[in-house]
Amino acid sequence: MSLSNTATITWFFACKVEDVPANGGVCVKYRDDQIALFHFSRRGEWYATQNLCPHRRQMALSRGMIGTQGGEPKVACPFHKKSFSLDDGRCLSDDTECSLTTYPVKVEEDRVYIGITGGSEHAAVMA
Amino acid sequence: MTKIVIIGNGMTSYKFCEKIIAKAVPGTLQLVVFGEEPRPAYDRVHLSAFFSGKTARDLELAPASWYAEQGITLHLGDPVQHIDRAQKTVHSHKGITETYDYLVMATGASAFVPPIPGVDKKGVFIYRTIEDLEMIRDYSPHAATGAVIGGGLLGLEAAKALLDLGLRDTHVIEFAPRLMPRQIDDSGSALLKARLEKLGLQVHTGMQTTAILGNDTITGLQFADNSSLPADILIISAGIAPRDELARLCGLETGHRGGIVVNEQLQTSDPYIYAIGECALYNGMIYGLVAPGYEMAEVVASRLTGEQKAFTGFDMSTRLKLIGVDVASFGDPFTPADQCRSIVFEDTLKGVYKRINITPDGQHLLGGILIGDANDYNMLLQTAKNKVVLPPNPEDVLLGARGGQAEGGAGVLGLPDEAIICSCENISKTAICNAVKDGHETLDAVKKCTKAATCCGGCAPMVKDLVTATLRSQGRYIRNVLCEHFDYSRQELFDLIRIKKLYSFDEVLEHYGHGEGCEVCKPAVASILASLWNEMILAKGNDTAQDSNDRFLANIQKGGTYSVVPRVPGGEITPRQLMVIAQVAEKYNLYTKITGGQRIDMFGAHVNDLPLIWEELIAAGFESGHAYGKALRTVKSCVGSTWCRFGLHDSVSYAIRIEQRYRGLRAPHKIKSAVSGCIRECAEAQSKDFGIIATEKGWNLYVCGNGGSKPQHAVLLAGDLDSETCIRYIDRFLMFYIKTADPLTRTATWLNKLDGGIEYLRNVVVNDSLGIAAQLESEMQVLVDNYKCEWKEVVDNPALRKRFTHFVNAPEEKDPTVSFEHLREQKKAAEWK
Repeated sequence: MSLSNTATITWFFACKVEDVPANGGVCVKYRDDQIALFHFSRRGEWYATQNLCPHRRQMALSRGMIGTQGGEPKVACPFHKKSFSLDDGRCLSDDTECSLTTYPVKVEEDRVYIGITGGSEHAAVMA
Repeated sequence: MTKIVIIGNGMTSYKFCEKIIAKAVPGTLQLVVFGEEPRPAYDRVHLSAFFSGKTARDLELAPASWYAEQGITLHLGDPVQHIDRAQKTVHSHKGITETYDYLVMATGASAFVPPIPGVDKKGVFIYRTIEDLEMIRDYSPHAATGAVIGGGLLGLEAAKALLDLGLRDTHVIEFAPRLMPRQIDDSGSALLKARLEKLGLQVHTGMQTTAILGNDTITGLQFADNSSLPADILIISAGIAPRDELARLCGLETGHRGGIVVNEQLQTSDPYIYAIGECALYNGMIYGLVAPGYEMAEVVASRLTGEQKAFTGFDMSTRLKLIGVDVASFGDPFTPADQCRSIVFEDTLKGVYKRINITPDGQHLLGGILIGDANDYNMLLQTAKNKVVLPPNPEDVLLGARGGQAEGGAGVLGLPDEAIICSCENISKTAICNAVKDGHETLDAVKKCTKAATCCGGCAPMVKDLVTATLRSQGRYIRNVLCEHFDYSRQELFDLIRIKKLYSFDEVLEHYGHGEGCEVCKPAVASILASLWNEMILAKGNDTAQDSNDRFLANIQKGGTYSVVPRVPGGEITPRQLMVIAQVAEKYNLYTKITGGQRIDMFGAHVNDLPLIWEELIAAGFESGHAYGKALRTVKSCVGSTWCRFGLHDSVSYAIRIEQRYRGLRAPHKIKSAVSGCIRECAEAQSKDFGIIATEKGWNLYVCGNGGSKPQHAVLLAGDLDSETCIRYIDRFLMFYIKTADPLTRTATWLNKLDGGIEYLRNVVVNDSLGIAAQLESEMQVLVDNYKCEWKEVVDNPALRKRFTHFVNAPEEKDPTVSFEHLREQKKAAEWK
C-alpha cells in the first residue's frame, strides 16, 4: 500500500529520488492528471505544480527550465518562456496569466510523495 | 486653415511634409501633394541598393498610408501641368484643380543628357528613378559590355549597378581629367581609380564622347581622339538639370543655366510660392545633395508655421561608399596652395589617401579629402566646421597621436555643444546629449527620439559614442552582463571558463555567479561549455542547463511532440536513404516536409519514440542534424560542376566537406551556410552566416548574412581563395564569432555591433591583426576532433535513454493529451487555444 493520510492531504508515491534529474523536472501521472515534479537540488528543495502551462494549454512545464528570479524559485515553460513561481504558482512574466496549482512534496528515504488535498485512497496506487 | 500644395513627391517633399506636420497645430493645415512618379517618395540616395536586393518597397520613405494617416492628400502619377498665380490654383495632368494659400515647388531635377548624337538609341539609359532602374535591369541580360558617361558621384553609383547586374566588362568615361572632379583632387582620383580598377571597373578620364554608335541599338562609343569602345548598354550620368519648366511657364524668375531663383526664405519671385531641393537656385548655386534639401524643407516648414528661419547656404561635405571604397570630402578641399598648408598621407599598398588643408598658422582645419578610409570623416568635418583648435602636431588628427603621448584631436566630447552631429536631420550634440539625459539611453532610443542617424546613418557611431559618454559623465557605466546571476558579459565568461577549465554549469555558477541560474544564463553557459570542449551536452549534470530542445535533442512543436531532422550534408541524399526516412516516418506516423535547408523534417514524434526513431536512422547511417541546437545547421549547395553546364567548381563536394567539418559546432546562435558553384548563386549563399561562391580562380567567402525577420546580405570577406585557405578563414571567422558574440546574437547582428565593422573583421581574419589566427584555428581543430553524434551516444546509453519518457511513473505510456488533425493525407498538430 503506497498511500498515507495526514489530515485532508493524501500523499501518493510519485517516483524515486534518482528518477528525477538534478535541478530538473519530470512528469508524474496521477489518475487522469499530469503533475510536474521538480528537484531543485542546488537548494535541496522539491516542488510540484500542474504540468499544464495555462498560456497555450500545453502539457510541458515538467520539461521547463528551473531557476530563480530575485531568489524566488521558478520554472520557465519551454514553449514561450513564461515563468511561474514554484512557491505559489503565480505567473512572474505576465500579471494577467493564470496561476499554477501547486502541490506539497515530501521525501522519505529515497521515495518522493506528492500531496493531493482531499485525495481518496482508491485513486492513486502508483508504486 | 492654411492650404499648402506641394508639387513633387521626392525626398525633399516628403521631408517637408514630415516636418510641417510635426510643427503645425493639428487642424490648422491642409496639405495636398502631387507626384509625377507612380510611387510615394523613396530613398534616391541608396538607389543602387535596388540592384543588391532591396525592393522598391524597401526604399520607400513612408508608405502611401502614412500620408493618409497624416491627413495629407497624395496624388501620385499625376504631375501638375499649370500654375495660375493670379487665381492661386494648380491644374494637374489628370484634370484635378486645387487652390492654394502657399505653393511649395519640390520638383527636383532630371538627369542632364549632353547633346551627343545617338543618345536616343536603344540601350541608352539615364539613372534617376526606380523606373529607370527597372528598364536597365530588364535590358541588362542582352548586354555583355557596359559603359557609363560621367565619373562623378552618380556615375560611379551607376557603374556599381552595372557590376551588380553581372556585367563584368564595365567602363566609366569621364570628360574631366579626374574622377569626381568636384570633390577630390588628382592624387585622390588616381588612387580611387586604382582601387576601382581592382574591383573590375575600367576607368577612362579626359575622354570626350562625340557619338553613340549603332543603328537602332547602341554598339559602342566614339571619342574625340578618334578612339572607340564597344558597348551594349550605356548609362548617362553627366550631372543634373533642375526641373524648372513649370516655373518658367508661369513666369517665375529662373537662372540662366536652370533653377528656380529663391531668396534666403526660399521664396521665389512670387512670395506665395517657395522652392526647395534640387530645383531651387540659391545664390547662384543648385544643391544636389539630400542634406541641404532637408535643411530647405526645415526652413520653409518653419516659416509657414510662424517661426523665423533662413537658408544661408550649406556645407557640401559628403561621405559615401563607392563600390565598397570610402570616399569623402569636407569643408573646402580645394583651398589654393598659397592660402593653406596641406598634410597628405598616401598608402598605395592599402589604397588609402588622406589630405587635409589647414590654416597657415596651423590652428584650424579648412577641409580635406579621404579615400579608402573615411572613419575620421565625422570628427574632421566637425573639427573644420566648429573651428576646433588643432593639436600642436596637426598631423595627429590624420594619423592619431603617436609615441605614447596623450591623444591628439578632441574626440567627440571635445566638440562644442552646437556641433551638428547628424547633418541630414540637423541634430546638434546638445540635442543628442539631452535625449540621453531624458532617459533615451541607447542608440535606438536616441534615433527614435531625435531622428539622428536615421537618414544616411553615417553619424551612428558618433551618436553611440555620445550616448556612452553622456551616461559615463553621469557616473553611469552600463555593463553588458548576462543576467542577474552573472556580472559578466558572455565574452568575459567565455574567457574565464576557458582559463579555469570549467566543465559544468554548477562549477561555473560556483566560481563566477550567484543564486541558482535561470532560463537566460543556463543555456548561455551550456552553449559556452559546448563551444569550448564539445563534450556530450547531456553529461556532467549539464542536461538540465540545456534549453528544452537541446535537452531532448529535438525541436518541441505545438502539442508537445517533437520534430526530427537527420543531417543531409550538402543536401545530397541517396534513394536508399530516402527510403529509410520514408519507412521511419510511416512507422512512427510522422508528418514529413522538406526544410529550407535541403533536409527532411519529420514532425509529430512522441518523446518516448525519439530514441527508437534515432536507433533506426543511425543504423542506416544517418546522424543528428542539430536542428534543435544553437549550432551549425546546414550547408546548402547547388548541384555545381558535376552536372550543371554553368558550374565552375564542385559545390556539392565542398559543401559536404564543410558541413562535416563543422557539424555539431555550437555557437551563440544557429549558423547556416551554403556553397554556390557559380555567380548565379542558386544556393543563396549570400543570405547565410557564411556563404561561398565559386569564381574562375577559386572561392569567394561571404560572411554575416541572414534571412529571418531582418534579412541582411552577407559581405565579401575575401575573394578567389583556394579550398584550404577558405576553410582556414572560416575556422578563424567562426571561432572569433563564437568567442566574442553576445548570447543569441546571429553573425549579422554581431557584425553590425562590431566596432570597425567588416574592415576590422577582415583585418582579424585575413591579416591576423590580433595575432590570434593560429590559436583560433587550433581551437577549432579541437572541436572538430571531438565531434561525436550525440544521438548515437543517447541510443547506446540506457541511462540517457531513460530520460526520454513522458511519465516518470508510467514510462511505457505516451502523453494522452497529444492529438492530431488530418490534413492533405498527413497529420497536423491540433490547434492550440
